[in-house]
Order: sequence, then C-alpha cells, then structure tokens
Amino acid sequence: MPAIIVLVVVLGLFALGYRFYASYLAERVYALDDALPTPAVTMEDGIDFVPTNKHVLFGHHFTSVAGAAPIVGPAIAVFWGWVPALLWVVFGTIFAAGVHDFGSIVVSVRNRAQNIGTLTSAVINRRSRTLFLIIIFFLLTLVNAVFAVVIGNLFVANPGAVIPIVLEIPLAIAIGQYIYRTKTSALVPSLVGVAVLYALILVGNAYPIELDGVGEMLGVGPRTVWIVALFIYAFIASRIPVWVLLQPRDYINSHQLFIALGVIFLGLLVGMDRIVAPAINTGLPEGTPSFFPFLFVTVACGAISGFHSLVASGTTSKQLAKDTDAKYVGYMGALGEGSLALGAILATTAGIAAVGLDWGELYPDFGTAGGGAVGNFVSGIAGFAGHIGVPEDLGRIFAAVVVISFAATTMDTGVRLQRYIIQEMGQLVPEGRGGALGGFRKATGNLTTVTAIAAGVPLALALAPSSGDTADAGFAFGRLWTLFGTTNQLTAGLALAVIAVWVTRSGRSAVAQLVPLTFLLAMTVWALILNLRDFIADRDWLLAPLDAIILVLAGWLVVEAFIGIRKARAGGFDPADDEAAGVVRSDRAARR
Amino acid sequence: MTADDEQSGGRAAERGPVASLRAGLRAAAAFHEAVFVSRWRGSLRRVAREEEDRFLAVLLLASSGIDDPAAYETLELTPHLIQAFHDLHQREGIDRFPVHGVCC
Repeated sequence: MPAIIVLVVVLGLFALGYRFYASYLAERVYALDDALPTPAVTMEDGIDFVPTNKHVLFGHHFTSVAGAAPIVGPAIAVFWGWVPALLWVVFGTIFAAGVHDFGSIVVSVRNRAQNIGTLTSAVINRRSRTLFLIIIFFLLTLVNAVFAVVIGNLFVANPGAVIPIVLEIPLAIAIGQYIYRTKTSALVPSLVGVAVLYALILVGNAYPIELDGVGEMLGVGPRTVWIVALFIYAFIASRIPVWVLLQPRDYINSHQLFIALGVIFLGLLVGMDRIVAPAINTGLPEGTPSFFPFLFVTVACGAISGFHSLVASGTTSKQLAKDTDAKYVGYMGALGEGSLALGAILATTAGIAAVGLDWGELYPDFGTAGGGAVGNFVSGIAGFAGHIGVPEDLGRIFAAVVVISFAATTMDTGVRLQRYIIQEMGQLVPEGRGGALGGFRKATGNLTTVTAIAAGVPLALALAPSSGDTADAGFAFGRLWTLFGTTNQLTAGLALAVIAVWVTRSGRSAVAQLVPLTFLLAMTVWALILNLRDFIADRDWLLAPLDAIILVLAGWLVVEAFIGIRKARAGGFDPADDEAAGVVRSDRAARR
Repeated sequence: MTADDEQSGGRAAERGPVASLRAGLRAAAAFHEAVFVSRWRGSLRRVAREEEDRFLAVLLLASSGIDDPAAYETLELTPHLIQAFHDLHQREGIDRFPVHGVCC
C-alpha cells in the first residue's frame, strides 16, 4: 500500500470530522454562543487572561499538547498491524480526542477558566477532586519513568545525539536571556538558535559520547547511568524557575515540532514510500497480548490524551477570545496530535524500508516491539529525511534529538507538576494529625523532600527489572508503557466524565461523551485485569500492586461518573450549586 | 484597510519585489512573535507579577502589625534596600536623610 494514499485518506477523514462532527458538537452539544463573553475578555489582565487570535491560540495549544507520547504509543501499537493502530488513531481522534479537547475548553470557559482539577469538584463532587489528584500522581510517575527509559535507550543507540542535547541547555538559556533582555523581534535569533542546534548534530556525529566505561566502572549498564543522570537533571531543572530553562527549551521544541512534521510529510511526498508492515499481523507469537484491549491503551496519547484537558483548561481557556473559537482551537489541536501519531505509524511501517530495515525483524514479539519502538521511529524518520537529501546517520541523530528534546521537557514538567501534586496531597491531611499521615503532611512542606519524592519514585520504577521482558528490551518498558496508557486513559476518562455531567446538567444529550467514556473505561479496566493476572503469574511484585491500585482508581472513576451522570439526569444537583459553578446559567442564556 | 496599510501597500507597488519581501518578512516576524514568543514574554510578566504579589502581601501583613512570615529570607535584602534608599534621597538632593533615627 502506498503510504501517500493512507496520508491523503486520513487527512481527508480528519477534514470531514472537523467539518461535520465538530460542527455538530459546537451547535448541538456545547451550544457555543458568541453572545457569551469569555473569561479572556471579562477578566483580561494582560498576562494569563488575554483574548488571542484563534490561529495564534491554536499554535500555543498545539505546541503545548504535542510531545513524545503520541509518537511512542503508535510506534509500539503497529506490532498488531498498521490497520488496527491506524483505525484507532483516526476514529479515536475524531470521536474521542476531539470531543474531549474541545469539551475541556468549553467547560472551563463557562466556569471562569478554572482548571480541570477544580472542575471535577465543581461539576461532579468534592470526592472526585481527590481521585483526580491520585490519578495524576500515577500518570506523572509512569510518564517520568517511561520517558527516562526512552531517552536512555536513545542515548545508548544514538551516541551522536548526546552533544546536541547537552548543548541545547546553554543554547536555550542564551535564547531565553536574549528574549528576556530585548523587546525586538525574536525571529532571526530563534532561527539562528535552531540552526546552531542542528549544526551541533554534525559535531555530535563526529564525536559520539558513550557511557559504557562509566557503566563498567559502576557495575551497571550504560542505560542505567543515563537514567540516573536524567533524574539528577530533572531534579535540578524542576527546581529552577520555569523562565530560566523550561520555557526556552519548550520554545526551541515548538520550532522542532513543525520541522519534524515537515520532514515526515515532505519526505513521504518525495519518496513515495510503500507500507511494508502487514495490515493485520497474523503471525503473532505465543503469549502476545491480544489487541483487544491492549491496542487501545498502548496507542494512548496517539488517539486520546488526558493531558490535553490539563492544557485546555489550564492556559488555553484563559486566552479564548470568542466562544466559537473553541471548536477551531480544541478540535484542531486533537487533529494535530492525531497527525503526529499518523506520522509515527508511517515512519515505523514505511519509512524504515527506506533505510533498508525489515519490519518483521524489528517487530518479532511484543517485548522487542516495546523496547525498540522509538528506535524504529528514529530509523523511519531517517528514511524520510533521506528522501530530501539528509544523510542517514545525520537523519537518525536529528530524529533522536527531536524525540529526546520532547521527552526531556516532559520529564522536567512532569517532576515539577508531581511536586505540586504531592504538596496538594499533603494538604488533604488535616493539620495536627499524627502518625504516618501527619509525617507525610510535614514532609510535603519541604521543597527538597518533595522534589526528591517526585524524582525518586519514577527513578525506582525505571530501574526496576521485570521478569516479563526480553533480554534486549531490558527494563519493563512494554509493560510500563501499557500501565502508563491506562493512567492516561483514566485521566481522559475523568475529563470526559466532567464534560458529560456538565452537558447533562445543561439539559443536552451527552451521548458524544458517554460513548467514548464507556469504551475507554471498558478497555482500560479489561487491560488492567489481564495485566494483573499476568503480573501475578510472573510474580512481578512491583507492577502487580501498581496495577491493582490503578484498577481500584478505575473502579472509583466508574462509580463517580455513574453517580454524577445519574444525578444530573435526575436533575438532582442543587440549582444554587449550578449557579456557583457557573454550569447551567450560561447555557440557559445561550438557549434564550 | 487602514490609511497606513494603503500607504505601505502603495510603497510596495512603487518599489517592487524588495519592499514586498520586506513586508512579508515583517508579517512573518509578527506571526512568529505572536505564536512562539508572546507566550514566553507572558510567562516573564507572570513571574514579575508573582514577585509583586508576594511583596504586596508582606507589606500588607507588616502594616497590619503581623510579623513578616518571610523575615528570615527577606533579611538578606536589607543592605540592598538601604543602598536603594540612600540612592533615592541623594537623587532628590538630600545628602544625608534628615529624619532622626534613619541612618544611611
């Protein structure tokens, strides 16, 4: 199958989704109305609340939500064949992610641009707020662990990427200082900065850095050395003010995102590659997890991401100039993420052939597929880059630099957010309480202790060996990733539940939210049960309890969603609460 | 279209492709600034506002007779404050501050 046909068909389906389904959501489900002023207008402060042009706001939103996760998930999921992975990316994006991202903005905008954590309390109940914090804690723990393993793998496999990635730190700080000290246009310095970063790829290629010697000295593998170094970096980076390092790094990454998408799609157009992977992999070895339900948790952010609700309600909703802009910014943001996932599928099923790799050798079993997925994506991008004149070795380093940059920024943000979550969890313990809980509350008052917990827990998880892995995959990457996928789905499920309750309380049909919510929760619970069975059978006493806790959280979410929706359908919410939360008042106005 | 736009459009027509290129570059720089840089500048303003907010809270507490909860941390600012205050009254033409008890 020519990859260009897949590209055109998928982009066409995305366009149809935007034209018809997003319009249906805008008119019939979310009842957008420009007569309702947005918080950006009513609370404008020039900093957080700023009415912003919708194309510009889309740029802000898309660069905030896009990262390494929609690349890794689909790159593993093509193991079951490219058609199942692609179908879930396409239909998940159109019918789940679009509804979720779009709805998160709308609900937040109608509630004074409050974030999704606060909204769970305002729209469903206060208990849900605690559930939200615990789910996010596990999501961030797993995301930091899996990305540390991803970066460690990439550094070991692509030692030429070390110099560009390390020197990206002072480069980002320098660009940051330029922007901090000048008011002039940053276009030229930014282009110079990105050009210097890519020039460093040549230096990195000439001087690859490997840590095998350090590993031998310490009696561990080079990847372990990288993982420990990454968490030391994340510990320090998350303590530095965001404007010194995180924000400038993010700024460089947002340029890299568009460059990488350009390389993928331009390379594909020039090379006219064919998909070499099977449409459906019928040669699955014994013991392979079944694609129902594991495909849906493995693709994870490639189809729907709970993280988007944090961005949509955290920053985007504060900048929405008009109610109707929510459709363009939210739904298109989901389609953009879907396009990145599509790029990952095409790279790992078509691009790899351009560098002479055999798909069957790259994906012989699930363990190898999990451990090697990101490396396969890097090879695929090198294939696409080769079509536009980039030598293969440089193309590999380029792709590795892009993925590592995204993943490292996610780790920095993840450890920082985890710190806030742990501090907030500490505040849930009543003051003056003794025992372990009292000690926990006291410990969360110390910034160094909290950061050490935020970095130490995922570090322990990333370093823990698992009995279920193949030798070359090393750590429990494939299994850790599916666990990460379940927490990602639960976060998205909680946001969908909030949106569904809000829509129901507003007197409209919430079928558009309830169908993806039910499907997501069913697949997630099913995957967690199957995983738990396997972990216990393998005597994996690290992942089994973790899986059991996430399963309990999933059950709790099902209960809260059910209670909230039933209460909303029965009109059981106090009208005073509706007014206080701003849930229905604005919609009544919209219906008038 | 504003009068300025018409004027710049007229100039582009007069001077040909060079002026058009310049106008295009200016538009690209403005778009780049809006998409990529404005968010970053906004975060700088947010940090400045947070510092102002903290300072305001400390002043408000002090004026209400409540001890500065960050007294230990803000103690190190005292030499800087004295120097800034000294610069201020000298700038205003007073060599030594005249109020009894205030020593620079």
